Amino acid sequence: MNIIVCIKQVPGTNKVNVDPVTGTLIRDGVAAKMNPYDLYALEMGLRLKEKYGGTLKVLSMGPFSALEVIREAIYMGADGGILISDRKFGGADVLATSYTLCSGILAMGEFDLILTGKQTTDGDTAQVGSELAEHLKVPHAAYVRELELEGDRLRYVSNLDNKTVEATIKMPCLVCADGEVNTPRLPSFKRKMEYGNCDDLIKIITFDDIIDRDETHYGLKGSPTQVERIFEPDKTKEKVIIAEGDLAEETFKILKDRKYI
Amino acid sequence: MGLLINQKLVNDETGRQLEKLCPFGAISYTDGRLEIGAGCKLCKMCVRKGPEGVVTFAEEEVMKVNKDQYRGVCVYADSDHGVIHKVTFELIGKARELAKVIDHPVYAILIGSDTDENVRELLEYGVDRVFVYDHPELKDFDIEKYANCFADFIERIRPSSILVGATNVGRCLAPRVAARFHTGLTADCTRLEMKENTDLVQIRPAFGGNIMAQIINPYRRPQFCTVRYKIFDSPEKVENPTGTVERVQIKDEWLESSTEILAVHEKEKEMDISEADVIVAVGRGLKSADDIGMVQELADLLGGVVACSRPLVEAGIFDAKHQIGLSGKTVKPKLIITLGISGAIQFTSGMNSSECIIAVNSDPEAQIFDVCNYGIVGDIYDVVPKLIKMIKGE
Ligand SMILES: Cc1cc2nc3c(=O)[nH]c(=O)nc-3n(C[C@H](O)[C@H](O)[C@@H](O)COP(=O)(O)OP(=O)(O)OC[C@H]3O[C@@H](n4cnc5c(N)ncnc54)[C@H](O)[C@@H]3O)c2cc1C
Ligand SMILES: Cc1cc2nc3c(=O)[nH]c(=O)nc-3n(C[C@H](O)[C@H](O)[C@H](O)COP(=O)(O)OP(=O)(O)OC[C@H]3O[C@@H](n4cnc5c(N)ncnc54)[C@H](O)[C@@H]3O)c2cc1C
Repeated sequence: MNIIVCIKQVPGTNKVNVDPVTGTLIRDGVAAKMNPYDLYALEMGLRLKEKYGGTLKVLSMGPFSALEVIREAIYMGADGGILISDRKFGGADVLATSYTLCSGILAMGEFDLILTGKQTTDGDTAQVGSELAEHLKVPHAAYVRELELEGDRLRYVSNLDNKTVEATIKMPCLVCADGEVNTPRLPSFKRKMEYGNCDDLIKIITFDDIIDRDETHYGLKGSPTQVERIFEPDKTKEKVIIAEGDLAEETFKILKDRKYI
Repeated sequence: MGLLINQKLVNDETGRQLEKLCPFGAISYTDGRLEIGAGCKLCKMCVRKGPEGVVTFAEEEVMKVNKDQYRGVCVYADSDHGVIHKVTFELIGKARELAKVIDHPVYAILIGSDTDENVRELLEYGVDRVFVYDHPELKDFDIEKYANCFADFIERIRPSSILVGATNVGRCLAPRVAARFHTGLTADCTRLEMKENTDLVQIRPAFGGNIMAQIINPYRRPQFCTVRYKIFDSPEKVENPTGTVERVQIKDEWLESSTEILAVHEKEKEMDISEADVIVAVGRGLKSADDIGMVQELADLLGGVVACSRPLVEAGIFDAKHQIGLSGKTVKPKLIITLGISGAIQFTSGMNSSECIIAVNSDPEAQIFDVCNYGIVGDIYDVVPKLIKMIKGE
């Protein structure tokens, strides 16, 4: 089975604040890391590969610093990785990101299974996986908790609100792993020693390497959504202390005002 | 394209300043040259807040649609085996507000099997026209079949905006369909406003709620967004529904699928306090295990679960899976009511990012009042039973 797992590098913390004076984002200097939800997808893929053979590669779109998370994936057991990086891809929303990932995958050749995480911890839309499946014109399943090979299909269990669904799906296909579905392994020290910088295992794809080179499909030009402004949520923790009067009634009013009842 | 750098204005000062300013670390200043890397998200912070003229933004010709050809604010009716998810009604309420601004009709699209009852409900909430895709093979959610029906609706009706509930089904379906039409999709909006030119202003949290982003989709249609349950108010039903219904003839090719559903299981209602939207947490203010009844009743009335502080686990009153805190679970519900809990840091560290904290404690000096939004200084044995009565409308 040929598996590709999509991984994204995200800020080490999502504790960002808006500077009240300048209106800019303040991030403390915590190093970037692999999107935690992608670890579950990666672990899911590695287990399939170990059981049924084949190859597993990771794919990431982002700046060169994202090489770091590709290396981490290789230390965990991926056979190799691809970074899609080009300034032309910058400013991408979900549509353009998923389209770029699709172009990258098509440039990588055949695949049986694409795995993505449930969502990221920065953009946090949980949309890239489903849009990617649409661009690739393959079926997909989301919120998948268990995944097994069954003949030439995959058998999965997915989590749909208050139901769980058991189903099989034809390959090639895409699967978005749900969160907390396994315990991702740690990067292996041995592999780290063996592969070091992983230079031979990582390929970098730029705009010139992809098949569809219509610039209006990528980056800003390919992004229908525009972030008009970013601001800090209204965190004015209005604190109200009520010590007198009919306390039950006051509590009732609060619950009603805030629509809890 | 996009951002342009005027290298003539770049020097050590402006370079470093811009490097620091970029929230995404995408600007680098090395050897006297300023570069914008692939990490750029085009938030244009460098243009607006940076030293004047160094980075500028070039507007460009973009693919534009004729917005006049798109009419209607549509809600996807999330129906699970005949039960419409309540988020649908909340969205209909919002759609009516939005549609009023631009004098558009409100549509609903309903996909499923045996939908008559659901259609009636949708009309009762004031939908102008319900488009029904009803077929026995649409009984279970199947992403390919549902996406095909949805696509047919968009192609024929050309709605201007589409609101989808952010259930797992909605979050799977909306992106698939939005991508098919190469249009934008904004996730988990918490505020929606309509401009007179039919652009939908969409506001959503990102970075785990630490940042709000205002997003528009000015050049393409339909404009798609998802909204979580309980963000908007549920509207009143209308007195005399006047909406109409269009039952769409299902084509066989829409029902082709690569997925074979083997079984659908109702999820066991397993208690996980960290998943709950509403929590009533009780502490040592509880005098006896027999009093759990009132706590449970309050939680039930609010659609929530009961949790506790550590001493109650140690006393064997609750199982450990109910414990909040450092050595228990971290929770972030929409609402938590603490009853007779002092607010030790080991407890509050597990719940202080909850959206709304109401603390009831008889000691005005209790630390819990430092972290709460509403502090009720009183005896839980007075407040809770009365509150229960009021909620029950007695
Ligand atoms: C504040 C803010 C709000 C935003 N809101 C929206 C919005 O509402 N709509 C919109 O279209 N865009 C939005 N964007 C842009 C969007 O978040 C990102 O640009 C997009 O690249 C990725 O979306 P995501 O991080 O939400 O990924 P998700 O959809 O949450 O990611 C799901 C999975 O897709 C894979 N994946 C995602 N990105 C990559 C990548 N770069 N490389 C490899 N795999 C990847 C991973 O497996 C991941 O687990 C927003 C950006 C910001 C900064
Ligand atoms: C390493 C470590 C880890 C810990 N981990 C946890 C943890 O995960 N979770 C946790 O909860 N604790 C934890 N603790 C214990 C923690 O320090 C506190 O002791 C504990 O949280 C106190 O619980 P409490 O608030 O229910 O009880 P108390 O501190 O005894 O508070 C009871 C409160 O109830 C009020 N009260 C009494 N009667 C009434 C009444 N009739 N009406 C209204 N109010 C009334 C009192 O004014 C008082 O404030 C940990 C401690 C350590 C050292």
